[in-house]
Amino acid sequence: MDAYVHLVPWIVLIPLAGFLFNGLLGLASGAFREQKNLIGGVATLAVFIPFLLALWLFFMMSGDSEAVTVSLFTWIEAGDFTTDIGYRLDQLSLLMTLVVTGVGALIHLYAIGYMSGDEGFWKFFAFMNLFIFAMLNLVLADNMLLLFLGWEGVGLCSYLLIGFWYSDMAKSDAAKKAFLYNRVGDFAFLIAMFLIFQTVGSLRFEDILAGTALFTTDQVFLIGALILIGATGKSAQIPLFVWLPDAMAGPTPVSALIHAATMVTSGIYVISRLSPFFMQSPELMLLVAVIGAFTAIIAATIALTKYDIKAVLAYSTVSQLGFMFLALGSGAYVAAMFHVVTHAFFKACLFLGSGSVIHAMHHVEHKLHDEGKHVHFDPQDMRNMGGLRKYLPDTYKTFLIATIAIAGIPPLAGFFSKDEILVMTFNAGMGTYGAVYIGLWAIALITAFMTAFYMFRLTLGTFHGEFRLPQKVAEAKGAEKHLHESPFTMTSVLWVLAGLSIVGGFIGIPNFVVATFTGTADVNLLSNWLDKTTMDAELTLSKLVEWFLLFGSVLVAAFGIIFAYRLYEGDQLEASDARISERLGALYQVWTEKYRIDEIYEGGIVRPTVRFSDRILSVFDMKGIDGFVNLVAAIVRFAGGVARYFQTGLIQSYAYGIVLGVILVIFMLLFR
Amino acid sequence: MELLLNIVIYLPLLGALLLLFIRQDDWVRWTSLLVTTATFVLSIPLLLQFDITSTGTAQYLTVGEPFLGDWDVKYMVGLDGLSMLLFMLTTFMAPIVVLSSWTSVRKHVAGFYSMLLILQTGSLGVFAALDLFMFYIFFELTQIPMFFLIGIWGGEDRIYATVKFFIYTLVGWLLMLVALIYVGFAAGNMVNDGIFTTDWQLLTSPEFQLGLVEQTWLFLAFGFAFCIKVPIFPFHSWLPLAHTEAPTAGSVVLAAIALKMGTYAVLRYLIPLFPNAAIAFAPMFAVLGVIGIIYGALVAMVQKDVKKLVAYSSISHLGFVVLGMFAFNTTGAQGAIIQMVNHGLSTGALFIIVGMLYERRHSRLISDFGGVAKMMPVLTVMFMIATLASIGLPGLNGFVGEFLILVGTFNSEVLGSPWYAVLAALGVILAAAYMLWMFQRVMFGPVTHEENKKLTDINAREIGLLVPIMIFIVWIGIRPTDFTRYSEAQVTWMLEDTQTRAETIAGNAAGEQLPSWALKLYDVTPHMAASMEPVNETKATTTAKSKEESL
Repeated sequence: MDAYVHLVPWIVLIPLAGFLFNGLLGLASGAFREQKNLIGGVATLAVFIPFLLALWLFFMMSGDSEAVTVSLFTWIEAGDFTTDIGYRLDQLSLLMTLVVTGVGALIHLYAIGYMSGDEGFWKFFAFMNLFIFAMLNLVLADNMLLLFLGWEGVGLCSYLLIGFWYSDMAKSDAAKKAFLYNRVGDFAFLIAMFLIFQTVGSLRFEDILAGTALFTTDQVFLIGALILIGATGKSAQIPLFVWLPDAMAGPTPVSALIHAATMVTSGIYVISRLSPFFMQSPELMLLVAVIGAFTAIIAATIALTKYDIKAVLAYSTVSQLGFMFLALGSGAYVAAMFHVVTHAFFKACLFLGSGSVIHAMHHVEHKLHDEGKHVHFDPQDMRNMGGLRKYLPDTYKTFLIATIAIAGIPPLAGFFSKDEILVMTFNAGMGTYGAVYIGLWAIALITAFMTAFYMFRLTLGTFHGEFRLPQKVAEAKGAEKHLHESPFTMTSVLWVLAGLSIVGGFIGIPNFVVATFTGTADVNLLSNWLDKTTMDAELTLSKLVEWFLLFGSVLVAAFGIIFAYRLYEGDQLEASDARISERLGALYQVWTEKYRIDEIYEGGIVRPTVRFSDRILSVFDMKGIDGFVNLVAAIVRFAGGVARYFQTGLIQSYAYGIVLGVILVIFMLLFR
Repeated sequence: MELLLNIVIYLPLLGALLLLFIRQDDWVRWTSLLVTTATFVLSIPLLLQFDITSTGTAQYLTVGEPFLGDWDVKYMVGLDGLSMLLFMLTTFMAPIVVLSSWTSVRKHVAGFYSMLLILQTGSLGVFAALDLFMFYIFFELTQIPMFFLIGIWGGEDRIYATVKFFIYTLVGWLLMLVALIYVGFAAGNMVNDGIFTTDWQLLTSPEFQLGLVEQTWLFLAFGFAFCIKVPIFPFHSWLPLAHTEAPTAGSVVLAAIALKMGTYAVLRYLIPLFPNAAIAFAPMFAVLGVIGIIYGALVAMVQKDVKKLVAYSSISHLGFVVLGMFAFNTTGAQGAIIQMVNHGLSTGALFIIVGMLYERRHSRLISDFGGVAKMMPVLTVMFMIATLASIGLPGLNGFVGEFLILVGTFNSEVLGSPWYAVLAALGVILAAAYMLWMFQRVMFGPVTHEENKKLTDINAREIGLLVPIMIFIVWIGIRPTDFTRYSEAQVTWMLEDTQTRAETIAGNAAGEQLPSWALKLYDVTPHMAASMEPVNETKATTTAKSKEESL
């Protein structure tokens, strides 16, 4: 492996070169900005070449290969502290690299078509390449500090891309919100690094994992909890998840790449990376699992009520990330990474599909404007859609495939990974804190039902029934003739991702399924691949229980789909929602209001802090501190003013003073 | 090389004299640019020839004859690890400052530039002086041009601002002057055959042992002066005012160079001269540093004026510097030094950018802007980089300094608590909040003011003066060791030497009668046995012990 590890820096640096090329030339030259094919081509290649390199490394490596590291130079060094710019190639980092560059390259290709009309085309691709650069630093870093560089770097790119259309205040608000919520998590992550360095004296993963025994369980819990807080920021979990739905303000390829497939999984990656460390504390594991399960169900309930197609997908992402955290907390790192991979496929497909829909709806709006009809409607609102399958057949088919995959119907990708999470959570129910884990398993099962339900609500509401826009907006009569399928560069990407959503699950076929027929089996490729890098909990369930759980999860998904079909097939979107709302009453209200978490943070933290700062500025700083300084000055001036009376400049009065002084001295000497 | 160092220091002063004979404003500008650029170019060999492994004695040392009667006060300049980077920062920033005021200063141009050049010589002298008295003289040499820069070329409230700045600083430094004279006599008695001396080498020699009670008073007097100059909370109220009223060049010099004189003086004089007091008061200074970090950030958040916001952010950044110095370990102090450089670059850039906006729009109010990014894309990129550097984004310079300071503080034996670092790290969140909020309101959103639609992007001169700063912001962020290596050896030596001397003095004081407050403040149990051993070993055992405890 040592011979190949020198490729790793190139994997990281090529996207950086792409960023500099498009960024600097675009900034300098107006003519260059018009070369959209060149810009898009360079940017896509800058991600695709690293993908090929990673693929080559993949074929050179096996599950047994030892991790290798390569160090470029010393980054930060002072006193006892030293860190390198160093990369680590092992099965886990390579898996993430493949996902990031593979899905990344597809999304770049898609974006060439999607962003073609945007004047900030060059900037968009520069930022996208910068993102890939940061993300690759995150997953390939051999130490926590370089990981942190990637960690904050992806946060920056997320900020830049969410606020890409910065002239809209709401969009730049969403960008700022994302950055700040991430910073809260980063603060905890920093403290965790300090604690680790204090004990281990190094931030290299190699040293941290070798030095796990140096920590007491209390320290493990504390450090782990801090890293977890960091992860909840980046991966949008309770309590820091509220930024992700707002992040949908960015262009849709951004949502697909950053806010579904890659960046938001970095919290899961970092916990997997440190799995032997996390396994030291059962309480810590439980905490991870509880956060995951509750995030999963809370986000799913909100997704049930949304009409904005990207919002549904955003909450769905939060919910699926919750599943991954549940897996982590159940000691099922392979399952978590498995779901990272399959989720990257089907969620990217769904987001890009929604992008295709939004693209079409925007087109309708433009065409109507061209006809002189000044209609305004929300091109992301499901209530304006319906019946799109006729007009967008490729988008519809791929979207449906991905929906089936996320719903968990075998043999599509989502089924295998989600089932493995449910099995492993149930499995954790046999160990420490077993009863709690069984409860979490039940929550996850209910969430799986909801997932199937809201995803089919989304698909049916968007693609089935009749096109509702002409009914909603009187002037849009006959607008359906403007609906067109997206160009081939976009739909081809959708088909690739849909294909991956179908077959992606085969990398992690559960062993017991085959073993039931053959006695023993070793077919779970992913588990074998990650064997050396993650430390999974032992699976203790019998085959019968596993079959039972498997059928359970299929059944739940099927129920969700049937239920959704009965409610939403045939233009009943709003009517059915009204009926559900009536049935559930206040609960449904809470869901539509997103549990009022934003309002709680805004009213409880943000506004009081600003008000407090305002107060200390106007009262304490200006009147208190500066007032005191001025008071001292005033006293001096006053004293000077008093003293001035004696400096009359008249010889007589000075003489008078001297005489008085002499008399005083004589008296003092006499009457001492 | 000794000669070269002196040439670098006095070339700007020479340039200022030359300006007296030039009538044409454009000639004045070009001459100033030439002089400052030449100074920078000439200072580069000083950096290249610098021996980074040498500790203790300064390099390129020039020692003159005593000039104050019987007193042994000499002209003494040289560079060592503590001053090298700041010296270079000063020569580097000067041409940029000259360029930044190219079109914005229109009245008394020759006067303006001669003030800048005199200030330059004073600043270089402050960093190169190796005699406490010379340091004081050079310091006063910087005060006067700064007084005029704000007072003549400043904004509406310039007179009030400059008088406040001048008097406030002067009060502190006069108190220090008294303490300085005391130190000179004491040092004379102990290490210079009874002749008054302020030679840094002698003041930090092991034989110079001030009693604990004297140390306390002297430390407080020096500390008061430096606290005002830095400024450390709660002595900061002159700063936002001076910054907002000063012309762009004044603000940049003030932020990049002048504020560093305070923090530099802490490292150069306050800590090594009064070792016991410095260690005893370290927690108090660290508390002030942490308060400064959070306080500065909170107050910056609610500013309506961009320039004031940047000024308050300085208080926050300098809180980090103070914290790092009083961590009393190499990591923290190295972080503090590089943070001084970083602050000079990123805050300097921010002031320059605010100046560019002001020159076009004649306003600094955040609410007068909005959507500027559309009209000024190049400025936006520069502004963004400077903003990100200021909020400590990894990969840019600010992160390196803040991270080293926090790690150093977290593991500091003298401070003995991780809470300083934890609270200081909160500044990381707050910095992002106030900077990004400001950036959003100025640069993003729709264009709401008609006047802003006519804004023109920055020109070649303006790009040219910002790009060098941007290069260093990225360079320090990615390869900080290219810079920190200059100070590593000397800082390590200085801190170890200070701690050794503190132990010796405390050991000697064990038998003496001390007032009860001094007993509370200082640990005077005999350290003699420990201080005889090699320093590294004692340090290693204490680290091991503290590790055991934390487990």
